[in-house]
Amino acid sequence: MKLLEMNHIKKEFDGLGVLKDISLSVEEGEIVSIIGPSGSGKSTMLRCATMLEEIDGGEILYMGKKAAWVENGKVMHPDKKEMKEIRSCFGLVFQNFNLFPHYSVLKNIADAPIHVQKRDKGEVYKEAKELLKKMGLEDKADAYPYQLSGGQCQRVAIARALALNPKILFFDEPTSALDPELTGEVLKVIKSLADLDITMVIVTHEMEFAKNISDRVIFMDKGVVALEGTPDEVFGADHTRMKEFLGKFHQN
Amino acid sequence: MSIEVMVRQMTAGFGQTCLIFFLTLIFSLPLGMIVYFGRVCRFKPLSWLVKIYISIMRGTPLMLQLLIWYFGPFYLWGMNIGGYKFTAIILGCSLNYAAYFAEIYRSGIESIPTGQYEAAQLLGYTRVQTFFKIVLPQVVKIVLPSVTNEVITLVKDTSLVYSVSYIEMFAVAKQIAAAQTTVVPFFIAGIFYYVFNYVVAWVMELFEKKLNYYR
Repeated sequence: MKLLEMNHIKKEFDGLGVLKDISLSVEEGEIVSIIGPSGSGKSTMLRCATMLEEIDGGEILYMGKKAAWVENGKVMHPDKKEMKEIRSCFGLVFQNFNLFPHYSVLKNIADAPIHVQKRDKGEVYKEAKELLKKMGLEDKADAYPYQLSGGQCQRVAIARALALNPKILFFDEPTSALDPELTGEVLKVIKSLADLDITMVIVTHEMEFAKNISDRVIFMDKGVVALEGTPDEVFGADHTRMKEFLGKFHQN
Repeated sequence: MSIEVMVRQMTAGFGQTCLIFFLTLIFSLPLGMIVYFGRVCRFKPLSWLVKIYISIMRGTPLMLQLLIWYFGPFYLWGMNIGGYKFTAIILGCSLNYAAYFAEIYRSGIESIPTGQYEAAQLLGYTRVQTFFKIVLPQVVKIVLPSVTNEVITLVKDTSLVYSVSYIEMFAVAKQIAAAQTTVVPFFIAGIFYYVFNYVVAWVMELFEKKLNYYR
């Protein structure tokens, strides 16, 4: 089943086309990586998918249900109730974590399940602790975000997103704010999620990681999908822009 | 007149000083939040109106505002203002301080990173939940030092009510000074204000320390 479909998405900022008629779909259980140079529209694409940005054209569907579409130049959404349902099926991990600084690690994870999903407190806390254990942070439950390293913060952010049991999890450059060592620990956690068959869409600059983890890789350039396919197809493609991009990468 | 008698008379007036201080604070702190919401309201005429209100409150002396609140109704509509003095004072002080608090709240709320709102939205919090659970607690911590400043100023501003001949501690001090031709009551008044503010600063510091559990 297609969890997410984005059809002919257009997005402009001050008349500048950032997404130019982009289409993409994600199957249940699939891991899709989106790579490409800065400014190619990867993050904007993710922000449109998670409805942090409104689209200027096209339509977004979650599980076959329309979540956003454009009619006479205006964005439309379904009613509040359906929108809430749609929103509950995806989660997002931010580049700079965006943890709540005034909440302890455990509360960061457990608060939304309790107050948004109205689930049982004891059960949620139990699950939150299990999630922390999975992230290798069981001893940090009572710590506050400022006491954690960037890598630990990002792992808490991942646990926070997972606690709501989303069907699809988006990652917006989850390791871009981290040094190589911390990057490693976060990538390891994301890999462990892949083994759990969680559907993931990952915007990343970690080429090796994208190559290893993905079922499908999308190479974006200048607001369009320039290349799409299995990791081998994309990374081995005889495509000028892709080669330039990777070439620059290898030099760095 | 002995210093003891002076202090006793001024202490009686100090009750009024405290009353004005606490009532103004109780009204202006929440009112400031309402003013803030008006200030950032998407309905433009309202936000302009509130902006003009803040501008006038900050741009003119509190003493002048008190005179207008008290004498205005009489000169404008011939209203009987006997017994209305205390109301006018609390009204004038509260509306004045609410304008300052509104701007302090605004600076605090605007300093919360967009990422906090985005994270809350992605986690499914409603807008009301986001404001009260995520934004407001962080704002309180940020604005506390500025609020302390205002509260300390308020302690001293209570002396301005002498302009409408309201008897509180400072007015008593002036009366004694004039009647006894001595500067001593002013020194005593200074000590009153200083000690009061010392306590205020100490209490606010306790609040700040309480919120120091995160950064």
